Amino acid sequence: MGDTLEIFGRYFKLLKVVFTKPDKNSAFRKQFLIESEKLILNSIPIIAVISLFIGAVLVIQTASNIENPLISKMYVGYMTRESLVLEFCSTMVALILAGKVGSNIASEIGSMKISEQIDAMEMMGINSANYLILPKIVVTVLFNPLLMLMSFIVGLLGGAMIIYITDIITLNQYSEGLQYAFNFYYFIYSMVKMAIFSFLITSISAFYGYYAEGGALGVGRSATRAIVTCSVAILIANLVVTQIMLN
Amino acid sequence: MIKVIDLNKRFGEKEVLKGVSIEYTPGECSLIIGASGSGKTVLLKSLVGLHQIDSGEIWYGNIEWSALSFKEKKSIRKEIGMLFQGSALFDFATVEENIRFPMDFFTDWSDSEKRKRVDFCLERVNLKGVNTLLPSELSGGMQKRVGIARAIALNPKYLFCDEPNSGLDPQTSILIDQLISEITKEYNITTVINTHDMNSVMAIGDRVGFIHQGELLWEGDKEQVLVSGCKELDNFVFASEMAKKMRELLDSKRQE
Repeated sequence: MGDTLEIFGRYFKLLKVVFTKPDKNSAFRKQFLIESEKLILNSIPIIAVISLFIGAVLVIQTASNIENPLISKMYVGYMTRESLVLEFCSTMVALILAGKVGSNIASEIGSMKISEQIDAMEMMGINSANYLILPKIVVTVLFNPLLMLMSFIVGLLGGAMIIYITDIITLNQYSEGLQYAFNFYYFIYSMVKMAIFSFLITSISAFYGYYAEGGALGVGRSATRAIVTCSVAILIANLVVTQIMLN
Repeated sequence: MIKVIDLNKRFGEKEVLKGVSIEYTPGECSLIIGASGSGKTVLLKSLVGLHQIDSGEIWYGNIEWSALSFKEKKSIRKEIGMLFQGSALFDFATVEENIRFPMDFFTDWSDSEKRKRVDFCLERVNLKGVNTLLPSELSGGMQKRVGIARAIALNPKYLFCDEPNSGLDPQTSILIDQLISEITKEYNITTVINTHDMNSVMAIGDRVGFIHQGELLWEGDKEQVLVSGCKELDNFVFASEMAKKMRELLDSKRQE
């Protein structure tokens, strides 16, 4: 219990240092662009591929479960859309990002820590936590909700693709279902969730990297801890935000 | 000048520095020697503020560094350069970007001025045409030299080197030692070097301080190191087989 409290204390202490005015705005802007490429653009292919296949699988599963002739086939489109927007595109994508981006951040900052690069920055009088972590947090909180939207669109395309290939239902039925009982608030809910998850993924991974110790083994350990903690934090946050926003 | 008065530092129960008092003078290479785990690196990192000290005073000129806040320390940090044990070059940046790093943060120099300064620093450490290389593309000795170039980028008054020769072959070690010594004299820098390499002590040790189990046991110059009369220092200096044999030889000659 004492250890957990200490970890929380150190985490919030680090966040306090991270959320200060950058030493140099031009350096922040430069880092912002670098991190945008590293954390967002480089995540697009994996998110797109997974979303495409999940969208297709959701259509097959839903269609195979609607056997009653009284239930319209357009519900396949409706249920695929709802599954994607409510859970997959935010929570599942966030869990994928926790693995990809989380381990990347923890190992990058961790190896900088053990090779004294962070000490070198501190020695120069540069707020290393602010310089290294703040751009990552800002980039992911701003742009990951857009990744969520992209995942949604690609997921729907995946569904359309499998319908086109298999004729499991007609594309008209699918399209009708996608437009049925459309609730824009769900998008807001999902994007808010994604922004919160992104903050958790980036800050927790950076925290474990920043306090890494014990050589290369320590960096590996901190990356593993970061992924596990991020995943648990995402699931808890999902529950809390859903309760607040949908109940 | 740097003045250290009664410096104490502990990690948990372990007392790592015990009442260390020492002075470092401009234009001199002052060496801290001692066995691994004796507290050398902790002393060096305490001097540059990477470790918070428990008690004691550290003075940079007439400013008490240890009493300043993080923000207040910034103005003095610009006057400090440091060469880390593993060079600590930023992996994500090229050689030029590494040397420019402190300039980007602490100067309003134009791009061409920064480029000129980078070229000057690289030339000073006898490296040319490596501006666009990444640290991973350099040898250990070259990385150290880029580390020195970065450390002198802002014309520091104080230079700290943590085991500058670790991992280098004897010939490259001599080059790095010479380079640090030349820069120290040329720019009248107060240089503090942390080492356990006796070749460095003999080559550039204007002042030498011996740390044993967190205590500064002995101070003197390189000539006095061999005849210090300090048992712990003798054990450290004459630890190698070759040194032991030379010592026996010297002793026997003295007796004759």
